[in-house]
Order: sequence, then structure tokens, then C-alpha cells
Amino acid sequence: MSRAREGTRVPAPLLVPAALGAAFLVLPVLGLLVRTPWSQLATQLADPAVGEALRLSLVSATLATALSLVLGVPLAWVLARSRARGRSVLRALVTVPLVLPPVVGGVALFLVLGRQGIVGSWLDDAFGITIPFTTTAVVIAETFVAMPFLVISVEGALRAADARFEDVAATLGAGRWTTFRRVTLPLVAPGVAAGAVLCWARALGEFGATITFAGNFPGTTQTMPLAVYLALQRDPDAAIVLSVVLLAVSLATLLLLRDRWLGRTGAA
Amino acid sequence: MRVRALLVATVLALAGCGGSASSGGPGAPGDGGLTGTLTVFAAASLTDVFTELGGRLEDEHPRLDVRFSFAGSSALATQLTQGAPADVFASADEAQMSVVTDAGLADGEPQVFATNVLEIAVPRGNPAGITGLADFAREELALAVCAAEVPCGVAAGQVFTAAGVAARPDTLEEDVRAALTKVELGEVDAALVYASDVATAGGAVEGVTVPEAAQAVNHYPICVLADAPAPEAARAFVDLVLSDEGRAALADAGFQQP
Amino acid sequence: MSLTASVDTRRGDLHLRLDVEVADAEVLALLGPNGAGKSTFVRVLAGLLGPDRGRVVVDGEVWDDEGASRPAHRRALGMVFQDALLFPHLSVADNVAFGLRTRGMRRAEARATAAGWLTRVGLDGLGDRRPAELSGGQAQRAALARALVGDPALLLLDEPLSALDARTRLTVRAELRRHLAGFRGSTVLVTHDPVDAMALADRVVVLEEGQVVQVGTPAEVARRPRTDYVARLVGLSLLPGTGEGRLVRLDGGAAVAVAEDARGPVFAAIRPESVALYATRPDGSTRNLWRERVVGATPHGATVRCELDGEVPLVADVTATSFAEMGLAPGAEVWAGVKASEVAVYAR
Repeated sequence: MSRAREGTRVPAPLLVPAALGAAFLVLPVLGLLVRTPWSQLATQLADPAVGEALRLSLVSATLATALSLVLGVPLAWVLARSRARGRSVLRALVTVPLVLPPVVGGVALFLVLGRQGIVGSWLDDAFGITIPFTTTAVVIAETFVAMPFLVISVEGALRAADARFEDVAATLGAGRWTTFRRVTLPLVAPGVAAGAVLCWARALGEFGATITFAGNFPGTTQTMPLAVYLALQRDPDAAIVLSVVLLAVSLATLLLLRDRWLGRTGAA
Repeated sequence: MRVRALLVATVLALAGCGGSASSGGPGAPGDGGLTGTLTVFAAASLTDVFTELGGRLEDEHPRLDVRFSFAGSSALATQLTQGAPADVFASADEAQMSVVTDAGLADGEPQVFATNVLEIAVPRGNPAGITGLADFAREELALAVCAAEVPCGVAAGQVFTAAGVAARPDTLEEDVRAALTKVELGEVDAALVYASDVATAGGAVEGVTVPEAAQAVNHYPICVLADAPAPEAARAFVDLVLSDEGRAALADAGFQQP
Repeated sequence: MSLTASVDTRRGDLHLRLDVEVADAEVLALLGPNGAGKSTFVRVLAGLLGPDRGRVVVDGEVWDDEGASRPAHRRALGMVFQDALLFPHLSVADNVAFGLRTRGMRRAEARATAAGWLTRVGLDGLGDRRPAELSGGQAQRAALARALVGDPALLLLDEPLSALDARTRLTVRAELRRHLAGFRGSTVLVTHDPVDAMALADRVVVLEEGQVVQVGTPAEVARRPRTDYVARLVGLSLLPGTGEGRLVRLDGGAAVAVAEDARGPVFAAIRPESVALYATRPDGSTRNLWRERVVGATPHGATVRCELDGEVPLVADVTATSFAEMGLAPGAEVWAGVKASEVAVYAR
């Protein structure tokens, strides 16, 4: 499997910026690790509130990713393949959460899904359902902020995929839905996986929209980033320890998944 | 219109942690007026009243430019200890001020210029009929209290203990502004915030006073910073805050006197 | 089974106007340069492209008519594309079985049928491979099996050989010819390579800029090219025979000397510019020398395309000057010489 050939060696003009870029991204994390009061690690990990926040973070980020997959992949397909007018406007609109300050996103969610919101007030009156300050609100806030990452990544994969395979499927009797399920989706699976990872990571780190729309209460809405932020107000050392825990868990998860995927494609 | 103003206010409140660079030369009183740039780091709850006082100082000294960085006191204290350049620091509690004085960054003793007590903020018309602290034990209501990590949360804990109320909040807010936003949007029935916040919140919010609040009075200290680039202007601003004129403005903004 | 198609459509600068009929078991080749509209036409037939105006009827079923178009997946057709386009995420067998599964066949039955077809195209035992593990020729054979497995009424071959290297092209072309001989439906073959058209088609339609410039059997088109383009493009004399080492025994009895070993059923192919004409029997080492009679002559620019009959039917190009000097005219007797090294041999 060794592939160190002349053509794959890094050209010198790329090497320096690449090294600088890597240092720029890695050094702050190293700084965090250097400053970490490791002696506190055991006490923090033993704190049931920390475990609760961590569990809530992982569960809500995973649910947000699942929700993003269910809604975002079809949306990406429409953006990439539909010829409908207003598609570019739609694309601009669905990527707005990327540039919107997340806190504003949280307020915007209130305006729609809050007790006084357009949809939320109807939910409250008709079913007695209120969304804010619940774990559901956490998942919704994270989905709102993270789904555009998935949509953009899947749309890119769909555009890059050879559309002739879809023609082939049609000549073999596959309708549009069958073609999507059995041809298009498997072809863009790597893009979907990459988008899901981005989406999950973004959801895991989500702070602004969550604390605004879902509030902050241990056990129901306090995710790790919220716990870190509040710890920072009183005890910066504790905040660093919590950050490192979040970092370690997310890195471990991503590496584990990556091995899974690589293992599968490698065996093929 | 209301929504837009709210969005702007929220963004400003939560994005306010960017450092404000001060490049002002020393105020030169040669022609009787101060010049240059004055940078004031102040607790977010002081936003309205300090902005007004800053404007008055600028009117007096047309060649002076007063700039503010409003944020949570602890965030500001952290920025100052990390070397952010500023002339004046006004904190919402004495604990964060001592972070700055302990680091040797204050020029002289800080002075307390205002106090603030907790008050219940409710949406206009008080739809849930909140009458006092006891309502914070009602599970069916949506209630916001500051998190124990921030000063208003500490004060809230003291007040609830004094009143013997087992509060059942739905959310522990990261700062007063965030709690107030949720009241303004009508998403919570009540939030325990500072009287000054209610006074400046505008028509969407009403206040319900809390007798037990006297158990947790918050003191606002102010000081000129030792490395102030514009010490004369800094001194003039602190003097203005401590003057009768300043006291009157603070009272209008819902603050009390020490 | 038959195809009747009449298409009138614009795509960018191209205005395609084409009427074709293809009978049962007939292979029609659409021959023409890039951009002539060949691929547009087959995409219309496949239902991948809606014509501005047109009517497509296959076996009495209307596929396209004014305002009504049957979607591609509901047309009984098989299509082979230039790059094989096997689905990379499926095994070779699952690729072949794909069309059976979409049409409702049960998995086990589809697998068995696919395995049978893999054997027929010489890919026995490669069903579990991924497409990336196949050679170009193997992939194109699998694509052919995938197109034929559903027993379509219409087979569309869109440049099926042009992505293959020269050597592979020869063997795949020979196999394709065999499978087409056994196919009962109508076939439309799109190609820009006259050899494909000559070797595989019963009839050739030459297309230039969306217009038909000539229709006929491969021999007719080669012998009487209607335009300069067709003359340059075709003209190849394709002579069926049997390889006997360095000799091809033609079905008519004559022998053609060749430069490479040839065995079994082959075509000996001679290009018109390789044929030298002599008024009298020449001396020298030319191994293939036949007595011929000029039966037709068509000028094309500075050359004249001569149709020859005799022991071996040939097409020769001579310069207009030579044509005049030798006093050639229909009915004239000439000697035709071809070097063994100028004769190409294709398996058939």
C-alpha cells in the first residue's frame, strides 16, 4: 500500500503555508492541553453533572445529525438536481444559518417555535406542547445551525457525481426513487458521510442557538459547551478540563467512525 | 420593529466580548478640553446609562472620543488581565473588580458608585399573575434565573434562601441580558433580574419588586486603570459618574445609591 | 419487433432531423463525426431527452408522440454507453442483475439469469468482482450483458467500442457481432468509426450536422459515397473469408495475402488508397494482384473513387491525373495491386 511516489510529494510552495496552517489549527489545542490541570480531571469526571452534560451533548448531537440526514439529503438533491426556478435563492436561504450569529438563530427559533411563535403558539394551544427549555429544543437548535454543513457537502457530492449513472439506471427500468435509493445515494455515500461528520461536530460544539432557544438547565438542556461557558465564569481551570474532555470524546468518536469507514472501503 | 431592535440588542449583548482597541493619546488639557480616545470597560447592565454619560463628556470636550466595551464583568476582567488596553473599568460586582485589583491593574482604590437589587421581570401585562418570589416554586410556569456561576445567579440564590423559596426554574441563564430577552419575547413568565435591567428594558417588560432583595445588594465599583493611555480623561469620566449628575442618571436607570 | 422513429429537435446549434426504420433483428449504424447529432438521437430513443417534435414507435407501442412521452424506465430497451458505466458500488453480477431487479424479478432468479449472461459474454466467475477490478474490455462485455439481460425490444449502442484500446476493440467488436447476430430486437449503433459500422451493421445512416447525407448497406455506402466526407470516412472494402496463416481464403474463392497470421473467420479490410491500378500487368513483388473491371467512377476533389469488380470486389482511389492518363472509364479492364502489409485483418 505504499504510495510515496514522486508525484505525491508536497511541492515546496505548498509546504510552508501547509505547515503554518497546521500549526495555526493545532497550537491552540496544544495550549489548552498544556494548561490543563490534569489533577482536576478525576474530580471533574466523577462529577455526575459533567457526565450528564456529556451524555446530553452526544445524544442531542447524534439526534440532530440524524434529523439533518433525513431532511438535508433530500434538500441537497433538490438543490443539485432540480431545475425549478428560485433554486439559487433557496440555496442562499438554506445556508443563511451559516452566517447568522447562532444567538440570533436562537431568537429566530423562538419567533417560530417559541410559546409566542407562529408555529409554537399553535402547538401550545392545540396540543399543549411547548418546545423551548426542553431537550427537543436543544436538538432543534443544533439541527438549525448544523444542517447547512450537511446540505452543502452532500450537494457538492451530488454535483460531482457522474449523472450518467442515473441515465444508465433509467435505461435499466429504474424509476426516479429507485435510482436515488440504489444508485445516487450509494455513489455520494462518501460525501454524505463527510457531511454527517461535519454536521455532528458542529452540533456537538453548538452554543449560541442552544443557550438562547433551549436555555440552560442541567440534565435537560445543559450540553457540554454550555457547561464549559458557565464554568469559565467561575473557575477557568474547570472550564479547560471540561473542554479537554469534550475534545477527547469527540476526537475518539470521529477516529472510531473513520476506521469503520476506511475498514469497509479497504475490504472492498 | 420590536423584533429587530431585540435582535440587535441580543447580538450586541452576546457578541460584546471583542476587545476594543484604544489608541488615544493622553488628554491634553492645554485649551481646557480633553482630547484623544477614552476607552471604558463596563458591565453590560451599565450600557444605557454609561452611553449617555459618555455622550455628555464628549459634548463638554468636543475633541474627546469615548468608546465603550460592554460585556459580562468576568469576561471584561479576563480581558484586562490578558492585557486589553483600557482606561476605566466598571464592574457589576466586587469579586470581578478584585480580580483586576489583585492583578495590580487598578490605579488607587475602586469606588462603589451604585448598587443594584434583584427584581422580577415579567412580560407586559404580567400574564401569569406573578406577585412575588413564591411564584418561582410553581412548576407550571416557565421561569428563568441566572446560573449560579454568574453574579446575578449568586444573588438570586441568596434571595431565594432568605425567602425560603425552593425555586424551580426552567433555565439557568448565562447572564441577565439573556434572561431579559426571554421575558421580552414572552417565552418565560418571569425572570429574576436586576432592577436596573427592568428600568431600561422598555415597554415589553414590567417589574415586580421583591422585598427579600435587600438580602443581596450588588455593589458596582469603578476604577481608573494603572496603565490607562488617557488617565486625565479617565479621571474625568469617573468623576462624572460619581457626581450628582451621574447619580441622577444612574437613579433614572434603576440603580440605587450606596 | 421494429422501430420507427421520426425526430426533429434542436440542441444548441444543432438541428437534428432524422427518420429511421429498423426492422426485427436488424442493426442500423448511425455514422458521423462528433456533433452530428448521433448521441442526441439515441438519447431521444432512450427517453433521456424529450424531442421538440417526434414520434417513436417500438413494436407498435408509442414511446414518443406529440405531447406524450413514456419515461425512460418504462421503455423496453437496453443501452450500452461508451464508458461501460458499470455502477461502481455494485458487484459485476449485481450490475447485470440490476435491470431484472428493477423490473420485479426475485433476487435468486435475477442472480441466476445474470450468471448465465456473464458466461455468455465470457466473464464466467467474475461476477463477484467490483467493476474497478475489470479490464476495459471486460467492463464493456459486462455492460453488454447488462443491456441484453432484460431481453429488450430495442438495443442502443452509443460508441460502445471507442473507449477501448485498439487490440481490445478487435476482440470486443467480434464478440459484439456474434451477440448482435443472435439478438431478435432492433439495434441502433452509434459510432464515428467506419469499421464498426461496416463490420456490425446491416444498414448505415451517415449523419452530418443533424442531417442524413446517405443511407444504404455498408457496401453501397463504401462504393458510392455521396459526399466527400463519406468518401473520406468510408470506402473500406471488407472481405469476409477464413484465415489460413498468412493467407485469407475469401468466401468467393480468391486468396488475399496478409502480413500477419490469421486463423478462423475474419474480415480482410483494404482501404481505397492502398489499391494501386495498372493498365498492364506490372512486374514486381506485389503479392496481391487481381484482374478487375471498373464498374463505376465518382470524382471527389483531386481523386476519383473507382468501383472495381472481378475476382475480388474492391474500391480504389486514384488521382484525377492518373485516371485521365490511364483512360479509365466504366467498363475498362485494369490490374489492381495491394501489398500484403496494407491488408488489415479483423476477426468476425
